[in-house]
Amino acid sequence: MVESLVVGRGLSKKFGDFTAVDDIDFDIYPGEAFGFLGPNGAGKSSTMRMIGAVSPATSGRLSVLGMDPRTEGIKIRGRLGVVPQEDNLDRELSVYENLLTHGRYFHMKKAEIDLRIDELLEFVQLSERRDDRVDLLSGGMKRRLIIARGLINEPDLVILDEPTTGLDPQARHVVWDRLYQLKREGVTLIITTHYMDEAEQLCDRLVVMDKGRIVAEGSPRELLERYSTRDVLEMRFDADQHLQAMPVIEEVAERTEELPDRVMIYTHNADEVAAYLARRDIHPISTLIRRSTLEDVFLRLTGRQLIE
Amino acid sequence: MTTPRAFLIVESEWRYYKRTWRGTVITTWLRPILFLLAMGVGLGTLIDRTADQALGGAGYLAFLAPGLMAASAMQTAITDSSWPVRTGIKWRKHFWAQISTPVTPDDILNGLMIWVFIRLVFVSTAFAVVIWAFGAAPLGRGLTAVPAAVLCGMAFASPMAFLAAWFKEDSTMIALFRFSLIPLFLFSGAFFPIDRLPDFLEPLALVSPVWHGVDLCRSITLGTPLTLSLWVEVGYLLAVTVVGWWAAIRQLRKTLNL
Repeated sequence: MVESLVVGRGLSKKFGDFTAVDDIDFDIYPGEAFGFLGPNGAGKSSTMRMIGAVSPATSGRLSVLGMDPRTEGIKIRGRLGVVPQEDNLDRELSVYENLLTHGRYFHMKKAEIDLRIDELLEFVQLSERRDDRVDLLSGGMKRRLIIARGLINEPDLVILDEPTTGLDPQARHVVWDRLYQLKREGVTLIITTHYMDEAEQLCDRLVVMDKGRIVAEGSPRELLERYSTRDVLEMRFDADQHLQAMPVIEEVAERTEELPDRVMIYTHNADEVAAYLARRDIHPISTLIRRSTLEDVFLRLTGRQLIE
Repeated sequence: MTTPRAFLIVESEWRYYKRTWRGTVITTWLRPILFLLAMGVGLGTLIDRTADQALGGAGYLAFLAPGLMAASAMQTAITDSSWPVRTGIKWRKHFWAQISTPVTPDDILNGLMIWVFIRLVFVSTAFAVVIWAFGAAPLGRGLTAVPAAVLCGMAFASPMAFLAAWFKEDSTMIALFRFSLIPLFLFSGAFFPIDRLPDFLEPLALVSPVWHGVDLCRSITLGTPLTLSLWVEVGYLLAVTVVGWWAAIRQLRKTLNL
């Protein structure tokens, strides 16, 4: 039995009357990439802050690296790497100075930090920008620098809060690639995200949070099997065809969802369904057949309404 | 032995200061020179013809210079403690990066206060040198007044750090600066004895730490023997510093470890 690196039991966080995290249980094991998924306001960041030992839990039990964040926060933080959602680099300092300053907070010696900085800049492909002011870096470069900063103390556990929010596709792939590399080296990662592709790419296991609670848990594959079908057909109809088509669709679909502009048909075999509908003289304006993704799971579990 | 974590904050403030020090040179050296030239020498020659008695017999320059030293310490302390706390929380946001490491909010505040202390020693020493260059006080006495000026500054630094962490809106802080700092400066007793203030303002001046700082610095540079009442003023400034410090630490914990 592998010992959990992080254990949460009945964990809650309240701000006045508002319950941000509502009685959640989870286990995170060494070497895995564990994801917290959920819409904005689901309680992901509050959970991250509790695990990061900077925000005390209101109730419940939390253990991080075998220690209690309430009493051993300093020790815990010494072994964590934190990559915050918000860019809090020092813009007026150079890339090197940012990393040096951060390293010093862990009581690392300058010579030791210098070696580590060379390694890390190589790792995040910023070696050439070592002496540039942070101001001059692009968004993607800043993100990579924040990741490097979070790794300065060779942490046992890295917490990444929405690591690629706001990046263009190229920059996201570079970040994913680096995180994948870390995972291969055996670093335990905790990732929050609301990008489903990110979770599918990176996470071994994940929980879906909604309104402060955990609503599902498993590997991306398990979640797909449990909450979705293999295939999805997205069909568009004109208004009268739509009404006519629905009863026929219901006959063969595992589950359907009617959106204002299209019908989502969840099924284990899209080709069969498409062929059947054609035989029954159902002709949509357009049909898109695709594999089901975590996004379908996510939307099923957390709903389509905007949460604001 | 490992460095106390508060000193790691001092170290990073220093690293930051090395990038931004140029602006402070002007305020450190130019401000005392300009003030003493304009108010001390310029205005002083007019005042000295008539007002010798009210100023305790010394010339206006000798009266003004130590008062300005304390009042400048106040200004340096206020800007160097309030804005860093504000930006640390809201703009540069480096406090959030700092607390993700073994550093705690207590360390951040202690480090910041130590840094302000160092800045105050530097600024006040520069002031003592300028005072000496103007012939307003012997160098020895000017330097003896440095601890008094620094203490006066600290009595503003820690309460301002508290306020900066406490205010929800930047506009509140800006308003505070606008409406209270200039009166504090003008009615600090640096420019004229506070017994010349309207009666209702006098108690306010007595509560404000700056008047005590002004009084202490002036007594030292004019060579007045240190009486019990001066030690009471030292005690008052220390008390304000300590209470402000305590309040600031509590508030910073609340703000950062939400």
